[in-house]
Amino acid sequence: MPSSILAFVWLVPALPLAGFVLNGALALLRPASKRAVSVIGVGVLAAAFALAVAVVFELARLHPEAPLVFHYWPWLPVGPLRIDYALQLDPLSGVMLLVVTGISALIHLYSVGYMQDDPGYARYFAELNLFVFFMLTLVLGASFPVMFVGWEGVGLCSYLLIGFWFNEKINADAGFKAFIVNRIGDFGFLVAMLLIFRHTGSLDFTDVFARAPTAFTAGDRTITAITLLLFLGCTGKSAQIPLYTWLPDAMQGPTPVSALIHAATMVTAGVYLVARCAVLFALSPVASAVVAGVGALTALFAATIGLKQWDIKKVLAYSTISQLGYMFLGVGSGAYAAGIFHLTTHAFFKALLFLGAGSVIHAMHRAYHATHSHEDAQDMRNMGGLKAHLPWTCGLMWIATLAIAGVPPLSGFFSKDEILGAAFARGAAQPAWYVFWGLGLVAALCTAFYMTRLMLYTFHGPNRTGDAERAQLHEGPWVMTGPLLVLGVLTTLGGVVNLPPLLGGGERLEHWLEPVTEGAARLAPVLSPAPGIEGLLIGVAVAVALAGLVGAWRLLDLERLVPARLAPPERGLGRLLWKKYYIDELYAALIVRPVVWMSREVLWRLVDQRLVDEVGVNGAARVSRALGWVGSQLQTGELGFYVMLFVAGVVVVLGAAVR
Amino acid sequence: MLLGPSLFVSAVLFTLGVAGVLLRRNAIVIFMCVELMLNAVNLTFIALAQTLGVAGQIFVFFVMAVAAAEAAVGLAIILAIYRHRATLNLERINLLKG
Repeated sequence: MPSSILAFVWLVPALPLAGFVLNGALALLRPASKRAVSVIGVGVLAAAFALAVAVVFELARLHPEAPLVFHYWPWLPVGPLRIDYALQLDPLSGVMLLVVTGISALIHLYSVGYMQDDPGYARYFAELNLFVFFMLTLVLGASFPVMFVGWEGVGLCSYLLIGFWFNEKINADAGFKAFIVNRIGDFGFLVAMLLIFRHTGSLDFTDVFARAPTAFTAGDRTITAITLLLFLGCTGKSAQIPLYTWLPDAMQGPTPVSALIHAATMVTAGVYLVARCAVLFALSPVASAVVAGVGALTALFAATIGLKQWDIKKVLAYSTISQLGYMFLGVGSGAYAAGIFHLTTHAFFKALLFLGAGSVIHAMHRAYHATHSHEDAQDMRNMGGLKAHLPWTCGLMWIATLAIAGVPPLSGFFSKDEILGAAFARGAAQPAWYVFWGLGLVAALCTAFYMTRLMLYTFHGPNRTGDAERAQLHEGPWVMTGPLLVLGVLTTLGGVVNLPPLLGGGERLEHWLEPVTEGAARLAPVLSPAPGIEGLLIGVAVAVALAGLVGAWRLLDLERLVPARLAPPERGLGRLLWKKYYIDELYAALIVRPVVWMSREVLWRLVDQRLVDEVGVNGAARVSRALGWVGSQLQTGELGFYVMLFVAGVVVVLGAAVR
Repeated sequence: MLLGPSLFVSAVLFTLGVAGVLLRRNAIVIFMCVELMLNAVNLTFIALAQTLGVAGQIFVFFVMAVAAAEAAVGLAIILAIYRHRATLNLERINLLKG
């Protein structure tokens, strides 16, 4: 198909890479040329999105059974291992392609407004473009190593962008934390990759998944180890228990970065990996249960923390962790399409929420900046009543809130409902899944509650910003509200891509993904609840969502809230939640401090200073000095002595020669 | 023909030379002892040339020529040292000591 548009699929990642190179050059040479940076930064993404749409339409027209693999050049030809730099296009990567390029294009556009006054404007766009390149490499890679390049690359860009304002130590530390925690997960990915090569002799997706059913026996130790190690990688990248702690801290970066990387795209890489390796996970019931269990537990755990956070972005961060938990519950239950469906809808509404929060922070920040106040522009206790000042943002964020809470007919309702339905159906065979379903349901209640709380505290009730600042609060420029509008439309209508049959839909996304998921479905069939039960489940889910909404509406007293600097400290359970269950402190005590102590006292003071420096380096010097002293004693300067030695030497040599 | 006695005399001469070089302190005496060793070697060459061919005898001429040159250079150096240091005791001539 050389004439087909598909031959240009390489351009989709190449365009952002070109954007990175150009913007990077501008950042170094002419950092002030903001217009050129905006045109390049947004332009390459718009072009990549247009191309991605064309490519996916062509793919839909052809509808090939096998994935289309494009080999470009041999990358690592080592003995029997042959890894090409190859891209793979199939329905799954097609969906990811559209989500990544589409959301990224919108967020790039939004960033033009949000970052307008930042001195690092060019650097920001260069790094953002680089991120998109790596993310596209991740989703398009045709083998584990190529995917791993993208996997590591997005981690790097995440680090760079979290610490974007690196002048403040807290931001730089947050970047470090994200990078180091991710490294732990990457280790799992790497080991899993080596094990896969050892047992299947290949690392290309098509080969591995074709050989997997014969190379592994279902449920044995090897495949369980591989899948659990892969999942360890996912818990790092996708912020699941136990490696989720980096994501809330990642909110130190600019808000559009939080929206793009830490909500809509990068953090879904783990879900994508599990869906991509569906065949492997289907072979290991234990690993699938672990994925679903960790997902459900994370969903509830993070949602409860979200109930008591005051920083608007922190609420959304825990909400993201919680929603990622849902996705893992879905893919762990074997409902890969449902997981990807939730990934897509979540990308819409979470991007909308983050960008909305960005609008709020932008307005708050400008207001405080105008009056030279040093209040926290992200603390919800300083907001309130913003509906009057930011009407567009308020309305659109309400749409996203209802979507994430799971209120029909918004997109989040369908995807979340499908995941819970799949988990419930699995429960008939394995009762553990009833527990997971229950956890998910309680998490849904918390979700509805904390999102309503966020909206009420931010946009409703009396304004607590300050009398002088109030006049300065207003909506951002159109480049910021425009993307919000588009995302609002997507959030509202996103559900139609996968309407369940019960509601007269055709589950289009599910059928679209069938070429990818059928391998796994053959090994472990996807279960769906009986029609009667399904209706009941939908009813329960909607009731729970509404209960959360109404509960928040009735329980929260907006009049009693005071600005952050006057607020009393939290007590009791509220303090436990506000302090995030002290997990960070626990990790610091159990892992971070012992590691630091070990590094400082043992590795540095003992091994490096005592052993390497003293014994090794200085010891070698001392030995050679001693030997030199011995040698120098022979140099008496007396000729007779030399001649004597000389004769003695001759006698010895002659003696040896004669004998 | 008289090989054994010749080599014996040669060995005695050589040993005397070595002993002189090792034990004496005066540069001139040491120099003469070196000459003694050279001549001991010459005697060996001549003695062995009787059975092993004429090459030994020819080699003696070379040794003599070199010894003559060496005597000229060596005596000149010794003279220069004496003028410079007013002594020929080698224990006092130890500038090379590290």
